[in-house]
Amino acid sequence: MALFVDIRKRMGRFQLDVRFQAEQETLALLGASGCGKSVTLRCIAGILSPDEGKIVLDGVTLFDSAAQIDLPPQRRQVGYLFQQYALFPNMTTRQNIAVAVRDRRQREAIVAEALRRFQLEGVADQRPWQLSGGQQQRCALARILAAEPKAILLDEPFSALDSYLKSQLEIELAETLERFSGTILWVSHDRDEVFRNCRRVCVIDRGCSQPVTTPEELLHAPGTEAAARLSGCQNYADAMPRETDVSLPAWGLTLSCGRRVPAGIRRVGIRACHVRPAVPGDTNCFSCRVVRVVTDASSITILLRPEDAPQDAPLLRMELGKDAWQALPGHTQLTVTIQPQDILLLET
Amino acid sequence: MDWYPLFNSLRIASIATVVVFFLGILSAYYIARLPRLVKGVLDVVLTLPLVLPPTVVGWLLLVLLSPRRPLGAWVLETFGVRMVMTWWSAIFATVVVSFPLMYRTARGAFESFDHTLADAGRTLGRSNTWIFWRVQMPVCRQGILAGAVLSFARALGEYGATSMVAGYTPGRTATISTTVYQLWRTNDDAGALRWVLVNIALSALFLLAVNLLEDRQRQRGGRR
Repeated sequence: MALFVDIRKRMGRFQLDVRFQAEQETLALLGASGCGKSVTLRCIAGILSPDEGKIVLDGVTLFDSAAQIDLPPQRRQVGYLFQQYALFPNMTTRQNIAVAVRDRRQREAIVAEALRRFQLEGVADQRPWQLSGGQQQRCALARILAAEPKAILLDEPFSALDSYLKSQLEIELAETLERFSGTILWVSHDRDEVFRNCRRVCVIDRGCSQPVTTPEELLHAPGTEAAARLSGCQNYADAMPRETDVSLPAWGLTLSCGRRVPAGIRRVGIRACHVRPAVPGDTNCFSCRVVRVVTDASSITILLRPEDAPQDAPLLRMELGKDAWQALPGHTQLTVTIQPQDILLLET
Repeated sequence: MDWYPLFNSLRIASIATVVVFFLGILSAYYIARLPRLVKGVLDVVLTLPLVLPPTVVGWLLLVLLSPRRPLGAWVLETFGVRMVMTWWSAIFATVVVSFPLMYRTARGAFESFDHTLADAGRTLGRSNTWIFWRVQMPVCRQGILAGAVLSFARALGEYGATSMVAGYTPGRTATISTTVYQLWRTNDDAGALRWVLVNIALSALFLLAVNLLEDRQRQRGGRR
């Protein structure tokens, strides 16, 4: 049970070059919007044809440019959950699900079972626009599963919903997918969504896939700036390696990294939550002026200018809990620290 | 009163609408997928009859169909059929003139069709034919119906090209519009008035039916 993808496709000035392998698992494709995640899914489903490469699902070659194999979507057994669900507006819930069942004799029974399992019995004879967002998603999922796919592709499954509904449905979706025994690709631009639902992540940056990693790895050693950005890191600066230190000219700082910095490193990332008020004994302490304070629902973001930084330098973002901010002695000048292991060394 | 023109008009308009319905949908479906340049050129060619004076269309049709011209002569020789001055000659004229209305409205409907619906159908294992008839056509039905209605109305009112291609022979090629012209030309005002009233009544009835149909559809819902 595995999905192997290695494809290239040129679309105008956009070049897609994606390679990954997913086992019987939920693999996340994480990338900013427009990075080629959806194009990748469309290629796997057979809606688009790659220029070259290979796609194999459970030992069946879906696409192989060398062998001139390009199975039509109808024969790929790949379920695709579209962003807006793509329910047929001219059909009821029941009819929408029935579309996916090929066996005429069992159709009625299978549809009835799906309606029951996805709690859609009450809206079985209503049309998609009469359903709530959650019901629409359940209907789309029921329809996909009724076709008995070997793999399921989820294209930003919650982009059509507001945040309250989203958190509820995410749990529902996770429960449904637990019972599915094939490969699931979960496309998202939302770090937290991916961390909650996937054990492995493939970052896609401007059409290029990066080696598959784990969410933990993505947090602690993203490796590239694109991956760091997707993992939520907000501070970046050009860096010059100096043995175990990096020098950051933009902020007039030299910070210890506690490990040897490879010569190829030209950039570092620092998470806002890793910039902390310094206590005596800390390494990498430096003094900053508070430029601006932004109050969030649960936390405070403080924009800092390191004392030795030029006027036009990017500001350093620091994130603190409200209590911790209140407990600070002064709110105009701060001495902060960044722990050596928290400095993300990035290749460009 | 001889009702032949009414019967003939309805017959011609109905047949023309059926022909144009399928021709327009097929052209719209396939042309929407062509590269932009080809699409642009075909679009102009296929829409021309809408903006050309009907007499120009009629003249062009005569060039094509007249037994004095190659195609018409060949058909006459091979099948023994004259393609002009018969009641069904008017079908050629009305098809050409009303085709752009069907084609353009159908194309507009197809272009606003959300193609992820078709993609969804294909990933669910359904054939393109199934998707076209069971999803795309029903979703686009309002636009397509509007096109058919416009085509029928245009075909029913066609005069210029029809009179050139089918002429006016009472009891054979006469339609309502050619009859009104003929009666006016021969100073038969009373006769002309009768047919004018018939035409107005017919058109009003037709529009009423269209409105009722639309209302019923709105009540039934099903639209997004």
